[in-house]
Amino acid sequence: MKHKEKANDPRFKIAKKEAYIGIGLVLFNFIWWFGFAYGMGSAPVEKYSYVFGLPAWFFYSCVAGFVVMVILVIVAVKFFFKEVPFEDEVEEGGSQ
Amino acid sequence: MNWGVITPLLIFLIVMFIIGFWANRYVSSSDSFLQEYFLGGRELGGFVLAMTMVATYASAGSFIGGPGIAYTQGLGWVLLSMAQLSTGYFVLMVLGKKFAIMARKYEAITLIDYLKERYKSKWVVLLSAASIIIFLFSAIAAQWVGGGRLIESLTGLPYTTALFIFAVSVLVYVVVGGFRAVAMTEAVQGVVMFIGTLILLIATVMAGGGIPKIMADLSKENPNLITPYGFDGSLSPLYVSSFWILVGVGVVGLPQIAVRAMSYKNSKAMHRALVIGTVVVGFIMLGMHLIGVFARPILPGIEIGDKVMPMLTLKILPPWLAGVVLAAPMAAIMSTVDSLLILVSSAVVKDVYLNYIKPNASDDTVKKVSFWVTAILGVLVFLMALSPPDLIIWLNLFSFGGLEAAFIWPVVLGLYWQTGNKYGAISSMVVGVGSYILLNSYYPNAFGMHTVVLPILLSLIFYVGVSLLTQTSSSKLQLER
Repeated sequence: MKHKEKANDPRFKIAKKEAYIGIGLVLFNFIWWFGFAYGMGSAPVEKYSYVFGLPAWFFYSCVAGFVVMVILVIVAVKFFFKEVPFEDEVEEGGSQ
Repeated sequence: MNWGVITPLLIFLIVMFIIGFWANRYVSSSDSFLQEYFLGGRELGGFVLAMTMVATYASAGSFIGGPGIAYTQGLGWVLLSMAQLSTGYFVLMVLGKKFAIMARKYEAITLIDYLKERYKSKWVVLLSAASIIIFLFSAIAAQWVGGGRLIESLTGLPYTTALFIFAVSVLVYVVVGGFRAVAMTEAVQGVVMFIGTLILLIATVMAGGGIPKIMADLSKENPNLITPYGFDGSLSPLYVSSFWILVGVGVVGLPQIAVRAMSYKNSKAMHRALVIGTVVVGFIMLGMHLIGVFARPILPGIEIGDKVMPMLTLKILPPWLAGVVLAAPMAAIMSTVDSLLILVSSAVVKDVYLNYIKPNASDDTVKKVSFWVTAILGVLVFLMALSPPDLIIWLNLFSFGGLEAAFIWPVVLGLYWQTGNKYGAISSMVVGVGSYILLNSYYPNAFGMHTVVLPILLSLIFYVGVSLLTQTSSSKLQLER
């Protein structure tokens, strides 16, 4: 009995989609972080450029990355996440 | 005793007590003691939810240990710490609404409740409770030591006295107020941590003469410090990346984090917490670890990394402001410890005692047992912390790895993959924890990655494999019902 309810609950579809968004975001986060850190950071130190005083690899991977992720989370929550009720609709079997 | 520094800390502690006693009113008047004491009645709003997740997660490691290592390793360690940014959004998105709904359906108050209903297996419950109690005990002790040491260095009191003061402070509001007290105090503590980080970061940059000068000083001393590779070039991309598992996505398997994903009141709270949590955790991690690096030209030659943060604060800030800032690591430690205490207490009371020892215990009995168990646990940890171990941060990470290896797949795949069954869960937990302990003792950091990676892979293979293999036998049983 529990299984049937579980499978058809439309809220679960939404929840699954949001879980995938979470996975997508973390993958994006990782690639951004890795790419800037080890892409730019692997250059010899003397050739480093600086943004706001910080080495460019660090600024882009950590600082800019942080800001970008916050924006993406806000966008995801605002436009892709849906509000669903958590309580089940209780079938009233008449007053008892 | 430097009263200028201590006064803000005392005020902070008193606020914690007040919250504890305020929360106790809910505990006394609630019709579901267990749900209130161990889950705050499932009523957490967005801001509190975000703060409690951040605060539970950020601990002595983030405020003292991490910056200490960053002091030695340079920007490469800050890079590593940013893997933790994902904890702000990943857990709530992945566990998210389905977990909250299922937990309500199962009337689960603890993570173990949830696992019990999902897998309907006594062994899952017992293995989970054992994992929680074993791994968290050492984690709690490690934090306790951190708290004691902090008070010791600030007040000059002997370690044992400092430890005692710390223990009493935490135990008062946890025993009396339960989860709600924990969550509320964490909201305050989260704010303190945020403000503390901000103040200290600004002060440090000023004391160092601005960021360009600090970078120049660092690269003059050792150019490796401003590369991603650590002071001797030994932080490899593979090693650093593997921390994305241990302190990034793996965190979804930590019971103290997962339980919060059951505790909020509605979708709106979750959405708000996602944004607030990501901002706060990112800021604290980035800020505190940068402070560790920046401290180096200001206070060269510090041997013990754990001393960097307190010493820096006391040196560059006026006493009262130093007191405010030092409330931040105090807050971080207390907020982690209180969550762990409640978690272990709930495992003992709800998952073991009520399930198997005395299922028909009256409400009054449950209340008494809960209070006493929490209090006794606190005392036991205090005793263990009396002879402090040397490696606080690694003890903490050790417990993370063990818990993650145990819980990550039974929780996450249990939520989204119907075929996952109790045999899969049990084998996954045994293999995960077993391999973690073995690897940690005999072959740590295998293949240049953090020790946790292999056990998590193994436990995944076993969860999926065993569930698939035993699929027919468990579904047959269901048809026969």
